[in-house]
Amino acid sequence: MVAQESHAHSAPQGFIRKYVFSLDHKVIGLQYYFLALTAVFVGMALSLLMRIHLIWPMAILPLLGEIKPETYLSLVTMHGTIMVFFVLTTAPQGGFGNYFLPIQIGAPDMAFPVLNMLSFWTTFLAYLVMLAAFFVVGGAPLHGWTGYAPLSALQSAGPGEGLGADLWITSIALFCVASLMGALNFITTTLDMRARGMSMWRMPLTCWSWFITAILGLLAFGVLLSAGILLLMDRNIGTSFFVPLGTVNGQLTGHKGGSPLLWQHLFWFFGHPEVYIAILPGMGVASQVLSTFSRKPIFGYKAMVYAMLSIGLLGFMVWGHHMFMSGMSPYSAFAFSVMTMAIGVPSAIKTFNWLGTLHKGRIRFHSPMLFAIGFVSLFVSGGLSGPFLAQPALDIPLHDTAFVPGHFHLIMGVAAIFGIFAATYYWFPKMFGRMMNERLARIHFFFTLIGTYAVFMPMHYLGLAGQPRRYSQLTELKYLHPLLPLNTFMTYAAIITVAAQLIFLFNLFWSMFKGPKASDNPWEATTLEWTTATPPPHDNFAGRTPVVNNGPYEYSVPGAPRDYVMQTDPATVAAH
Amino acid sequence: MASFTPTVPAHHPTTSRGKRADLPPVAGGGDGGRPDPGSPDYGGRLRRARLGMAVALTPIAMLFVAFTSAYIVRQGLPTFDPNTNKVVHDWIPVPLPTILFLINTCVLLLSSVTIEFARRQLARQVALEPVQSIPGVSLGRERKFPWLALTIVLGFSFLGGQWLAWSDLAERGFYVATGPSSSFVYLLTGTHAVHLFGGIIALLVAGLSVVLNRPLPSRRIVVDVTAWYWHFMALLWIYILALLEFAH
Amino acid sequence: MGLVLLCVIWLITIASTYFFIAKTWWLPAGASAATAAIDHQFIVTFILMGVIFVAAQFALGYFVWRYRGEPSASRADYSHGNLTLEIIWTTLTAILFIGLNLVGSPIWAAERFRPAADNATRVEVTGMQFAWYFRYPGPDGKFGIAKPELEDPSAGGEAALGLDPSDPASKDDVVTGIMEVPVNREVEVILRAHDVIHSFFVPAMRFKQDAVPGLAIHMHFTPTETGDFEIACAELCGLGHYKMHGMLKVVSQDEFDKWLAAREAEKQ
Repeated sequence: MVAQESHAHSAPQGFIRKYVFSLDHKVIGLQYYFLALTAVFVGMALSLLMRIHLIWPMAILPLLGEIKPETYLSLVTMHGTIMVFFVLTTAPQGGFGNYFLPIQIGAPDMAFPVLNMLSFWTTFLAYLVMLAAFFVVGGAPLHGWTGYAPLSALQSAGPGEGLGADLWITSIALFCVASLMGALNFITTTLDMRARGMSMWRMPLTCWSWFITAILGLLAFGVLLSAGILLLMDRNIGTSFFVPLGTVNGQLTGHKGGSPLLWQHLFWFFGHPEVYIAILPGMGVASQVLSTFSRKPIFGYKAMVYAMLSIGLLGFMVWGHHMFMSGMSPYSAFAFSVMTMAIGVPSAIKTFNWLGTLHKGRIRFHSPMLFAIGFVSLFVSGGLSGPFLAQPALDIPLHDTAFVPGHFHLIMGVAAIFGIFAATYYWFPKMFGRMMNERLARIHFFFTLIGTYAVFMPMHYLGLAGQPRRYSQLTELKYLHPLLPLNTFMTYAAIITVAAQLIFLFNLFWSMFKGPKASDNPWEATTLEWTTATPPPHDNFAGRTPVVNNGPYEYSVPGAPRDYVMQTDPATVAAH
Repeated sequence: MASFTPTVPAHHPTTSRGKRADLPPVAGGGDGGRPDPGSPDYGGRLRRARLGMAVALTPIAMLFVAFTSAYIVRQGLPTFDPNTNKVVHDWIPVPLPTILFLINTCVLLLSSVTIEFARRQLARQVALEPVQSIPGVSLGRERKFPWLALTIVLGFSFLGGQWLAWSDLAERGFYVATGPSSSFVYLLTGTHAVHLFGGIIALLVAGLSVVLNRPLPSRRIVVDVTAWYWHFMALLWIYILALLEFAH
Repeated sequence: MGLVLLCVIWLITIASTYFFIAKTWWLPAGASAATAAIDHQFIVTFILMGVIFVAAQFALGYFVWRYRGEPSASRADYSHGNLTLEIIWTTLTAILFIGLNLVGSPIWAAERFRPAADNATRVEVTGMQFAWYFRYPGPDGKFGIAKPELEDPSAGGEAALGLDPSDPASKDDVVTGIMEVPVNREVEVILRAHDVIHSFFVPAMRFKQDAVPGLAIHMHFTPTETGDFEIACAELCGLGHYKMHGMLKVVSQDEFDKWLAAREAEKQ
């Protein structure tokens, strides 16, 4: 942040400056991406263990032995935390956003390269602290990724709620700081460093999504940090922000007067914008890819921008819909529920516009497009279970049942991941100079699409039938016994789907070294990253600053020589 | 030796915040008219740093917004008292060391004044630098009042004063965990102090950059954004004090 | 590829919808006064969302097949959108979503905005790691004082709740591990928790409410059928969350009176 001479810093020499403490946003983007890649496999492994334990609770597993109920719950906690933070808040924004925002707006780097480097390494430190929780006395915490107090505030409330929980909170606090540093960079870069001719209304929708996501993060992560500080204080120095008078197992806890609901308000004030942080970049990528591979401008560009802005704004006004059953005032519940239904409207607009983009297009079915199409399907499925949960009367039977993870997994755990896949397949040629294998990509796509539907659609049925969340076994309640066959089916589907991700992993690394060489613009796309070399040079544009004359999605312009007009091409008749 | 301000070549790779493509590139990197003191894109860097600081102050504000809402909620919170089977309020306001806090407030406001002088002094220095390097031109030996150093001293005095205030509270039996109101007093003033200390570090870095002979424009940028940060910290302190004194 | 995508998307849609319509796994049979309204709102939401689900997925599948680009084909339609269409579908969606919510809101109001009826059967429900306890106020109609420092979970019953023996009102309080209530009469539950947040969930009653330490939350429901109905804990409360279950027995008013009287007699 301090004393940078200019953005035309020469390319660094030496392994450490080039690949470890690099200031180049492209290297930093890849660092974030590969961090997320390791995290997602850790997260998937944890979820497989969970699913296996659910249907074979007495099984003795190799290396781990028997999974006790507290271990199961720590798997649940760490799976959720690692996936939400280190995958969904890292790969789309820190990974692709870092790599492509400057290039897509025509800038040589981010506004503050040193801060950018620091924000990655702080994220990495947070990741190490999080993983450390598994290895300390008591193990990882068991309070869920939502960390409700007093369960998370009392060291005596369960195994893992000692040092493990302190490490969990510390990791999240570090992550907050890292995200805030990143958000600062994204916002300043977008506002201040666009190339000549690149007005806000000519930015690709990916840039809009990263910009709005950064604003959400800027406003939300500070609140999470505050909650974490208060929780650490309650746990370790005897304050009572969240813990009322009470006992654990007959022993007085020594606290009094605190409010468990205060934690929920603070957490969800962050937590709801967080899920939009997770999905908005995926929406941006979906728009980008659908337009490119339909050879059509995005349907309703301005509406898409306004929709994302509305989602961002409304996202701050709906947090109470996580708390309908919490003991919160029922009148507040009503207000939150109306706002929540309102937020379905911009989401619907985006879906209509994606369909409108496909309508009368000339669709090319390369791998990025498959995942973008999958994204739309999954977004529809996951989104439409929202209106059930948004109505408090219907939330009465559905809250804290499997219906809820069914909803958010389809949206976050699959649609957002498809956004990451689409972005990977789309930008891989630009980042690595080679093409990924299309046949492997198709196999990966179909296994993942069908597999994830097979795992997560049934969760809705289970939730309707009343299967509660976060149960380590389904053996105790009689009414759960008939649900075991469906649970078994889901476990097998999960095993197959996770295995199919190895195809992706192989394709990724094989193609990096052995894939056929890529041209500068293999998809015949229009945005600025495709005007520069593959991979881009250190300052992105080899000393030439792009001058932008066209909007981002000028495909199939009548009268133009090719079916795409790049943003730097001379202005078309119908330019925006 | 003289160093004339180089004119920026037309093809200089500067960014321009998306201005219309048909306009010629603005000299000095599109910085809005500020004279280029020899460093490429100095005006742009200053603008960017200020924008970055404005953005950075937002999450800090949100942190204190969250603490404030926790404070207000906790104050009014009814809790179930099993001894009477009734719902009671258990908020007992802490008697604050008001005199000490007011003295500290004056110290902090004074430091805001001194850092503002430091900021303007440095801005003037940077503007005059190209003129001063012209042989034969002399602006006289400028007396440079150590505004920056004074600010650092005042900053440390403020922190020392806060420490005295906390000691006073502790002597009277109010520790962090004594009760909800004392928890918040320490939380709000402590978090503010941590952030102020960060500002002092930035000033020390700026001071160090003089010793290390870093270029003047870079020093100016650091002091400029730190000054805005510092003013924000002063306003934040007044807000915290008002909240603690009046909102109970 | 377009055809393959169409088939896959349509098949997934049809399969998912089939299981919803067939109610292969569905809400358990409801036995409370709230069931009819909640289940009806459920069906309405379900039909509306289902229609949108099928329409959107079918459209997606159809479009990716119909508009597949042959290499020799002419260019795509150069269109940046259609403002009229945008306005129309935005307005319709807003009316549908918000309207759906407003139509269902009286149900929530009926459940939550009004306090329990005066003649409701009062039961204090306390959750603790990892059991539910139920307390009836007895003939004096008052719940006695219960203090955290007197709690002794290993002893069960009154001691687990920390009932203060010196308080006269607690002498006639009945504490049980099974919740028994009379049918067709409103039940007022007063939800409490000792340690962490629990949640009192009776699927058959369409009833759920978190039990929060530091609060005493008053709610009500009315059972309309006799029978035994399982109670599940629906808020993560620690390692025993999965086995923190209870039983709600709904019996006739006579049986309830006899049962309560027997419990009172045991205390002498």
